[in-house]
Amino acid sequence: MKYIKLLIAVPFIGFLGLLPWANRIEPYILGMPFLLFWLVLWMVISPLLLTIVYKFDPDNKEGETE
Amino acid sequence: MSMEEWTVGGRGFGTLFIFFLIAGEVYTTFTFLGGSGWTFTRGAAVYYVPAYIFLAYVLSYWFVPKIWKYCKDNNLISQPDFFASKYKSTALGILVAIVGCVALIPYIVIQFKGLGIIVSQASYGTITPVMASCIGAAVVATYVMVSGIHGSAWTAIIKDFMILIVVIFLGLYIPFHYFGGIKPMFEAVELVKPELLTLPDAGFSNSWFTSTVIFNAIGFYILPTSFMVILSAKSAKGLRKNAITLPLYTILLLFIFFVGFAAITVIPELEAAQGDLALLMLAIKTFDPWIVGIIGAAGLLTALVPCSVMLMSSAAGLTQNMYKVIVPTASDKHLLTVSKLFIVLISLIALYFTITGGEAMAILNIMSYSLIVQLAPALFLSLQKNNMITKQGAFTGIVTGVVVVLIMTLKGLGIGDLLPHVPQWVQDINGSFVALIMNILVMFFVSLASKVFVSVKQPEYEDVR
Repeated sequence: MKYIKLLIAVPFIGFLGLLPWANRIEPYILGMPFLLFWLVLWMVISPLLLTIVYKFDPDNKEGETE
Repeated sequence: MSMEEWTVGGRGFGTLFIFFLIAGEVYTTFTFLGGSGWTFTRGAAVYYVPAYIFLAYVLSYWFVPKIWKYCKDNNLISQPDFFASKYKSTALGILVAIVGCVALIPYIVIQFKGLGIIVSQASYGTITPVMASCIGAAVVATYVMVSGIHGSAWTAIIKDFMILIVVIFLGLYIPFHYFGGIKPMFEAVELVKPELLTLPDAGFSNSWFTSTVIFNAIGFYILPTSFMVILSAKSAKGLRKNAITLPLYTILLLFIFFVGFAAITVIPELEAAQGDLALLMLAIKTFDPWIVGIIGAAGLLTALVPCSVMLMSSAAGLTQNMYKVIVPTASDKHLLTVSKLFIVLISLIALYFTITGGEAMAILNIMSYSLIVQLAPALFLSLQKNNMITKQGAFTGIVTGVVVVLIMTLKGLGIGDLLPHVPQWVQDINGSFVALIMNILVMFFVSLASKVFVSVKQPEYEDVR
C-alpha cells in the first residue's frame, strides 16, 4: 500500500479541477448555492479519504508511541 | 524556562492540544472580521479561505510528519533551524528567519487592525481604532513575554470554545431573524447582487481562486507559526490524526459567511472599503449592547491568541538563527532576553503598518502567503532522498522570489500588467506565481552552476531513520 498516499491528491484535483463546472448558483442544495455546497462537499470527502489513507499507511505501523 | 521549553513546549503536546493550536488558525480576526468583510464586498471569492485551509490540512498529512521527525531527531526548534540543518548553511538559516518574520508582519497587522476595529466598534466609537490598536499591541507583547507557548495553548482552547458559540449563534440567528432561513437569505442576495454568489469571469475568477488556494495551502504549514506548532507535537502519528479531523472543523467558517451575506441586504449602506466592519455593524444593528460586548470579547480573543503565537515564532526565529549566529557565546538566559526585545521591535513595526496602511484584511493575508510560499521549493526538495539543490541555489532562489513579490506588491503589479496580451484567465492567476517560477528557475540554475564551479563538497542528505 505504498501508493495509498496518492489519495491525498484527490481533493486538489476534484475540488479545484471541477471548479469551472461547479461555479454556479443553481441548484440550491441544503439551502446553499451550488458553489458553496461544492466547497462543503469536499470538506466532508477529504477526512473520509484521509481516514482511508491513515488505515493503510505503513508509517503508522512503526510502533511510534502516542 | 529554556528556549526549547518556551517556544515548543518541550515537544510534549498531545493530539488534542495540537488540534486546538492548529485549529486556532481557522478562527483568527482574519476570518472573523476579514472573512465576513470579504463576503460582504466580494461574495464567493471569500470561499478561498476555507478552501486553502482544508486543503492545507489534507496536504499536511503527507509532509508535516516528515518535518516533525527530522526536527525531533536533530533537536531543532524552529523553521530556520530546519533549513540551516538541511542545507548545512547558517546563512540560509538567517535568510529564512528574516523571510519568515517579514511574511508574518502583514498577518500581525491584520490582528492589530482587528483589535482596533473591535474595540472602537464595541465601545460605540469612544475609543479610536488607532488607540485601541496601540493598547492591544502592548497587551499582546507583554502577554507573550510572560507566558510563552503554554499560555497560548490554554487561551487557544478558551478562545475556540467562546468563538464557536458566538459564531454559530450569529450565523444562525441573523439569517433566521432577517430572512427566516439560510436559503431565503441567499435568494435575497440573488435578487440584489447575484454576481456575489459565484466567481466572476474576470478578476477574482476561477484561475485566481485556484492559484491562490494552491499557494496558500502550500504556504499554510510553512508559516513559521504553524511550523512551530508542528514541532510542539508529541508524535508524528498524532499529527496525521489531526490532519484527518481538521478539514471538518473548517466547515464552521460557513457561519461567518452567512453573516457576511446577510450584511449585503441588511446593511447595504456600508461602503465596500469598510467591509471589515460588516460583522460588528450588523451585530450592533441587531442586538443589545451586552450581546455586542460578548461578541467583541470573543473577537478580541481571536486577535490576541494567534497574534501571540505569531509574535513569538518570529522573535524566536530571529533570536535563534540570526542573533545566536552573530553572538555564538550568548547564554540561554541572554537569548531569552533578546527574543523578548525582538517581540517589542516586531510589535512596533507591525503597529506602524497598522496605523499607516489601509488594505482589506484579505489582501494582507494573501501578501503573507505570497512571501512565505517562496520557501516552499527549497523545503519540499529538501525532503526528497536525493536533493540536487545546493545551499547557494536555495539561497538565491528564495531571495529572487521574495524580491519579486515585494516589487510586485509595492508597485501593485499583477500578471495582467506584465503580460497584457495573454488571455484573461492567465492574467487573473495570483501574481506570486511569477515570483515562484523565477525562484525555481534561479534555484535550479544556481544549483547546477555551483556544483560545476564550486569545488567545495556538497552536504549529503542525512537519512536519519
